[in-house]
Order: sequence, then C-alpha cells, then structure tokens
Amino acid sequence: MYRIKELTIEKIIFLCGIITILFILLIFIFLLKEGLSFFKTVSITEFIFGKNWYPVSEPAQFGILPLILGSLLVTLLATIISVPVGIGSAIYIAEIAPLWLKDILKAFIELLAGIPSVVLGFVGMVTLAPLIKDLFGLSTGLTAFTGSVMLAFMAMPTIVSIAEDALYAVPKTYKEAAFALGATRWQTIYKIIIPTASSGILAAVMLGIGRVIGETMAVMMLTGNSACIPKSIFDPVRTLTATIANEMGEAVVGSQHYFALFAIGIVLFLISFLINIIADIFLHKKR
Amino acid sequence: MIKKIIFLLIAILFISIPISKAQKLKNSIQIKGSDTMVNLVQAWSERFMQKNPAVFIAVTGGGSGTGIASLINGSCDIASSSREMKKKEIELAKSKGINPYEVIVALDGVAVVVNPKNPVEKLTLSELKDIFTGKINNWKQVGGEDRKIVVLSREVNSGTYIYFKEHVLKREDGTFEEFSASSLLLPSSQAICEEVSYNESAIGYYGMGYLNPKNKPLAIATDKDSKYILPTIENVISREYPISRPLFFYTNGYPQGLIKEFLDFVLSDEGQRIVLEVDFVPIKKN
Repeated sequence: MYRIKELTIEKIIFLCGIITILFILLIFIFLLKEGLSFFKTVSITEFIFGKNWYPVSEPAQFGILPLILGSLLVTLLATIISVPVGIGSAIYIAEIAPLWLKDILKAFIELLAGIPSVVLGFVGMVTLAPLIKDLFGLSTGLTAFTGSVMLAFMAMPTIVSIAEDALYAVPKTYKEAAFALGATRWQTIYKIIIPTASSGILAAVMLGIGRVIGETMAVMMLTGNSACIPKSIFDPVRTLTATIANEMGEAVVGSQHYFALFAIGIVLFLISFLINIIADIFLHKKR
Repeated sequence: MIKKIIFLLIAILFISIPISKAQKLKNSIQIKGSDTMVNLVQAWSERFMQKNPAVFIAVTGGGSGTGIASLINGSCDIASSSREMKKKEIELAKSKGINPYEVIVALDGVAVVVNPKNPVEKLTLSELKDIFTGKINNWKQVGGEDRKIVVLSREVNSGTYIYFKEHVLKREDGTFEEFSASSLLLPSSQAICEEVSYNESAIGYYGMGYLNPKNKPLAIATDKDSKYILPTIENVISREYPISRPLFFYTNGYPQGLIKEFLDFVLSDEGQRIVLEVDFVPIKKN
C-alpha cells in the first residue's frame, strides 16, 4: 500500500518537473519558428544594424539598432543608479543595522518589489517626468534618464535581497578573526566580507540587470518611445520590450511585421538568457 | 525568471478557460478595438445593458488594428475602428471565412492640441505636415516663441495615428511621409493629454472626446486662403473642420440577433444622443 502511494507521488512530481521543461522548450520552439521565418525576407545584418524602424510604412523598414541601443542605454543607466545604492543598503542591512531596524527595512524592500510596474510608470509620468524636465531644462521629461530612474527602483529589491543573502552567508568566524586582529568594522566589511561574498553580489547585480532589460510597462510610459539613436541620456528612446508590447496588437497574424516582432523576441530572449547564465556561473562559484 | 514565465502560463490557462466559455453564451457580445471609441462604446453598452439586464457586453480597447485583427481571428463579435479596414485586412478576413460588414456609427474630429501658454492659435494643413515630419522644428517658424517643437504622436496600433498619417502627412501622389524619427510615440491619448498639459513646447493630436481645459485646440485651415476652423461639434457636422472622420463598427456578415439589436440601438435617436454626451459627433443632425 505504502509502496503504491510512494510511487504515485513520485510519478506526479516527476511529471511536474517534466512539464516545466516542456513549457520552456515549447516557448522557445514557438519563438524560433515565428521569428526565424522573418529572416527569409530581411537579412540579419539589415535587421540588427538597420537604423530605421518604420514597420507599417510602404515599403516597411525593420532596423532595430535604435531599439537595441535604447534598451542598452536604459539598462546601463538603471544599473549605474541601482547597484551602488542596492549594495550599500544590503551591507547596511546585513552588517550594521540593529535587529529591529533590519526587519522593518526588509519588509519595506519586499513591499517595493510588490508594486506593479504600471503603477510605478504612472507615478513617474505625472511626478518624475515634469520634475526632470524642469530640473535639467529639457524640452520634454520623457527621456532615457527618466525611465532609468524608475527602473532602478524596480531592480533595487532584487539586488538588495540577493546581495544581503550573500553577505549573510559569510561565515561568522571570518568576521571574528578580523576583529581579533584589530580590524575596524569598516575594514572588516571592506577587506573581508565583501571579497568573500563577491560572487553572490555579482549574481545579484546580474539578476537585477535581467529584471531591468525585460521590464516593459514603466519604460513604455516614461521613455517617449521615439525610435532614433540616442545622442545623450536626456534623449527619448524606444526599447525592445516596449516595441513588442506596443505593436503586437496591430500586427496582423502572419504579416512581416508580426514575424519581425517575434524576431525582436528572440533577440531579447538571447540577451536575458546570457545574463541568466552569467548570474548562474557566479552563484555556483560561490558554493 | 523561468519560474515566473511558467506561473504566468498556468495562470493564463486557468483564466482563459472561463472566458472562452463565456464567449459561447448567446446573450453576450464582445466588442474590441479603437481606444478613441472606448468611452463611447462603453456608454452605449451600459445603457443597452440597463434596458436588457440579461445581456452582457464586454468592451475592450487596444487600438483599431487590435479590434480588426481579433475580428479576423474570430475572437470578438464587433470590432470598433476609427479607420476604414485596409484592403489587405479585408482579403485576409475573406481568406479566413470572415465577411466584414461596415457601419458608420458616429463622427469624430481629430483635434491638434498645444499647451494653453503657447501663443500659437492656428495652423494650415501644410504647416501641420511640416511640423509632424520635422521640417519645421521651432515654434517661431509658425509665429510662436523661440522654442523647440516637441512632436507627440500615437503608437502604430492607433487608428488615430493611421488617420492622421493618411490625411495630414499625405503627398500629392498618394503616398505618405513619415513622422519625424524624433517624435515621441505615446501609448495612449490620455498620455498625450498629460504631456501637453505640462509641456509648453509640445504639440499632439487626439480624438475630440479627449479635449479638456488643460489643452488648447488649434484652429486648422486647409490652405492659407481658407478659413481657420476650430474642432467643435457644429464644425464637424457641417464637414468644415478639415481633419474629421467617421467611426466604424465591423461585424462578421450582416448583423443578426443580439448584435443587430445593439446596432439598431446605437443608430437610434437615443444612441446618437449618447454620442453627443461623450463629446463625439452624431452621424445626423437631430
């Protein structure tokens, strides 16, 4: 009797595991199938390095260079803003904050992670965009910089919680040894704890970047979406994700435009796949 | 990341089962399409549902193209559209066994708006074209202050975008110019409204229904010698305002049963009064 029960449960769990893998494979195959047929009509170099994105014109132009640069610029800026602040607060929470404050801070960071991106986008549109316009004397507040600031907020919870875990995992004996040798608190953090947890912190940063590059709603509402190559961080940009989200509704199933959007999907998939692999390598190095 | 995707897929699976069942019920209508028309269609269906409590009408936006695409896919009963169906779309529909039937349900003027602090009051169609294609890029070229023009446009899934492109950006040989690459593409008419209300350099366009005190509509003239006309209901009915357009419903084949009842209501005097209430223009004078 027990054996039968054991066996059924085992099989059910096995099935769950297989379904997970199956889903991912199906998504990937579908993406490839729809995306690759786009390259029958347009060459890959024309697609990646083309400077004009006019998908509904006659003749249509499908160059995603401005979109790739837009995504990269927004991601880079958001990383520059969120990484120092995120790691700083992780160090504070893990090493310095008293226990009661630690609990409150962690709760708030989880709360920040729970805010839907469309809400952050809307708040940014009515508060942050006018502020940035006036602050820097720009002609519009919908710029790459505005989007990055909001995205930095979204990446922060990921970076803080994973980096905090990594810092917490540093064996207590290391710290005690450092103190015993007469190191100050800052010296201990700076010379012992951070280098020991470095691979975990790097993984936190990579996962934060992954979160930023895949984010859609807030960037769509805040970056202005003009498909030209940005010359400064205060230019409007259009990202890969916002393009798919904005145009998928219009694209007639089976048209060239439709396949082009799937091809963008492949590019995005490859980028986030790469980031996840790098993060994974760092995470496993730690253990 | 991967976990999230799977969770999402399963969630979608569970949510879509009841929806696909609901579609099969005979006392419900799915209407999808134009963002410009979404308030209008919502008002019609609310009034219709009050009169017929057993009926359920679901109204969603997403853009005229979205509506037409889902009519072709068979996932809605009525597509609302602020532009005519393209030849390509009709061919595609016919190849899938769908026969689009067109009804004009209301009229709309596309208002060109600027910030109330902007001294510019009027433009000709050719000035408008030069501004939106980027040939004119400073307000002083059209009699305003020395200030860069920030061009706001809608996304390509918007019927208003297509209409504006086909009626304002057209060349004499029937082809169209492109919006300047530096124009900002905003996801909704509401977003254009927000941006114009705090940005003195901005110029944007949307359906008349979105006009409000925070934005100033410009008077438009067909050419230098003709009269400058403001986008008001009277001027659209009289067809004097140069950028006005019909709004459409598309159904699969000649409407029957409940869909026909709803269309009759929309075209009735009561239905057309609702059009006026939500700031669009009725198809006939009452």
